Amino acid sequence: MSKGRFGEYGGQYAAETLMFALTELENAYREAQADPTFDLEFKTLLREYAGRPSLLYRAERMSADLGTQVFLKREDLNHTGAHKINNVLGQVLLARRMGKKRVIAETGAGQHGVATATAAALFGLSCDVFMGEEDTRRQALNVYRMELLGAKVHPVTTGTATLKDATSEALREWSRRVSDTYYVVGSVVGPHPYPEIVRDFQRVIGDEIRAEMLEKYNRLPTALFACVGGGSNAIGTFYPFIEDASVRLIGAEAGGEGVDTGRHAASLTGGTIGVFHGMKSIFLQDDEGQIAPVYSISAGLDYPGIGPEHAYLHKTGRGEYYAVTDEEAIDAFEYLSRMEGIIPAIESAHAVALLRKMHAEFKPEDMVVVTLSGRGDKDVEAIGRYRGQIV
Amino acid sequence: MNTVNTKVNRIDASFAKLRSEGKKAFIPFITAGDPSIEASYLIAKAMIENGATLVEFGVPYSDPSADGPVIMRADERALANGTRLADVFSLSSRISTEFPLIPVVLLLYFNSIFVYGLEKFFTACEMSGISGVIIPDLPLEERDEARPAADAHGVYLISMVTPVSQERAKRILAQAQGFLYCVASLGVTGERSSYATDFKSYFDSLNEGSDIPKCIGFGVSTPEQKRELEAYCDGVIVGSAIVRRIEDCIAEGISEEAIAARLGDFVHEFTEVHI
Repeated sequence: MSKGRFGEYGGQYAAETLMFALTELENAYREAQADPTFDLEFKTLLREYAGRPSLLYRAERMSADLGTQVFLKREDLNHTGAHKINNVLGQVLLARRMGKKRVIAETGAGQHGVATATAAALFGLSCDVFMGEEDTRRQALNVYRMELLGAKVHPVTTGTATLKDATSEALREWSRRVSDTYYVVGSVVGPHPYPEIVRDFQRVIGDEIRAEMLEKYNRLPTALFACVGGGSNAIGTFYPFIEDASVRLIGAEAGGEGVDTGRHAASLTGGTIGVFHGMKSIFLQDDEGQIAPVYSISAGLDYPGIGPEHAYLHKTGRGEYYAVTDEEAIDAFEYLSRMEGIIPAIESAHAVALLRKMHAEFKPEDMVVVTLSGRGDKDVEAIGRYRGQIV
Repeated sequence: MNTVNTKVNRIDASFAKLRSEGKKAFIPFITAGDPSIEASYLIAKAMIENGATLVEFGVPYSDPSADGPVIMRADERALANGTRLADVFSLSSRISTEFPLIPVVLLLYFNSIFVYGLEKFFTACEMSGISGVIIPDLPLEERDEARPAADAHGVYLISMVTPVSQERAKRILAQAQGFLYCVASLGVTGERSSYATDFKSYFDSLNEGSDIPKCIGFGVSTPEQKRELEAYCDGVIVGSAIVRRIEDCIAEGISEEAIAARLGDFVHEFTEVHI
């Protein structure tokens, strides 16, 4: 087995043109890990620029409604409005360390693109973002935001014109300009070492949950809920608890119009093992490995695969993953807005919806944490449209 | 199942013959099933009759991340008309039977092999007379996954090397089979009017490592480029320029026979100096 494996998943299935860059990245990352000044600079940026730590909010009305103690991990309060900034700050620090002058990124909902454009502005790097044309329509506000931050947004028209196509296009662009360009991958996907690097930069979510739970309640949570597209906020939430067998790790996949309709993006629920975008993992594909056109109302979860570490947690049974439909997610979007005065990203609303579906499994004394990966301002218009209202 | 196949691979025989005659290889690429499997058969036949040394069939893929727009569109057309691996095997079988000296090579993404099943795939390759496969997303680090099944069925895994492979090139050369696919420049497939690569030093260092035949591809689109580049190596691979002509023919609405004739003529422009 090659490097970067989670059981049989992971690996480095990349074009030869990229292998030198991946090796260079891994070497740079190992050096950075061994360098205390790197960690110090990263932690300082997280605190002073991104506004961490994000605190746990004890959601009293939801707790009363659902019959268990619900805590919300407020990644939506980070600078740029989502957990994406954690990973991006780490990777852009790496890019600077490697002497790269230009960063590129793929984006689905636009949150990773905005975070990358933000960090590029912060460090004075040039930035190009690849975004499916369909998503540039669904998330027009984020396109403008990226441009405002000085990034160039490239609409991708190939395939289904969504996140997977944006990812393929970013890979193509990286292979064209591999020597001066750093590819800031937005989730725990892609060839090694990306799934590991992104996880390490996102584990701050779970580390903070753990520290705060122990400090305030002297116990660990009963369960953790997070939405899963590629899976970066979920792995960030879960990773520090993997060894704690008592803590349930529960991921919400995008069920779209329902997993039996064929119009969904629930990879672990409906997918099979394959190799795509540089990794061996679970994908929605046909019997000859052609990647399926997937669908979700959430541009950020609209991806036909999942990070290899989640595939492994799923296979070993350590993680539980269930599909949540568009309709259930939208209900949860409205529910959280009215119950707690928090408008979540439609991605994060999938995690809220899953807790609502599963709440009977939890007792009043249990403590469950839902990671709110991002805020919902970007989604207001699309949800309004879904509900037949022009916003 | 891992017995070593002892038949002589057609790729080795072809390059041995070319070298003994002081000739260079011309390797055209088409996407199988673009615009139909029958058309691919007619085009391949016309290209061979006009001097192609080896034919490379691309297996259409939904997300060809190492390919540029021309081949992406060809893959979309081939998939839209229902092309599946069984069709690619039957096409390969017809060509390899009709032209017993011409090697047939497939270019495909690893997922197409992995999901089909490695053993089943390489068995089908052997039965269809396929001499080798090029898998752009299966680098050195991952090749052991495919090598036993490929070896057992006498199918070569053709390695790719690029101008940025650097110290990896030695290790790639050490396990290369058939011929080495030398990528001419960075980026994805597609025509280029010029190159930034220093070919002399690129090939000098590769030749130092091994005398395996080396062919250059990615961006080669004119007979002039071919003549310039083949001076450094054993042959050239032309893909997008051919696929683009097929696309033009489809747009014109001409018959499959006429497409094949036109592509035969196009290949002849590249090969005429040697015929």
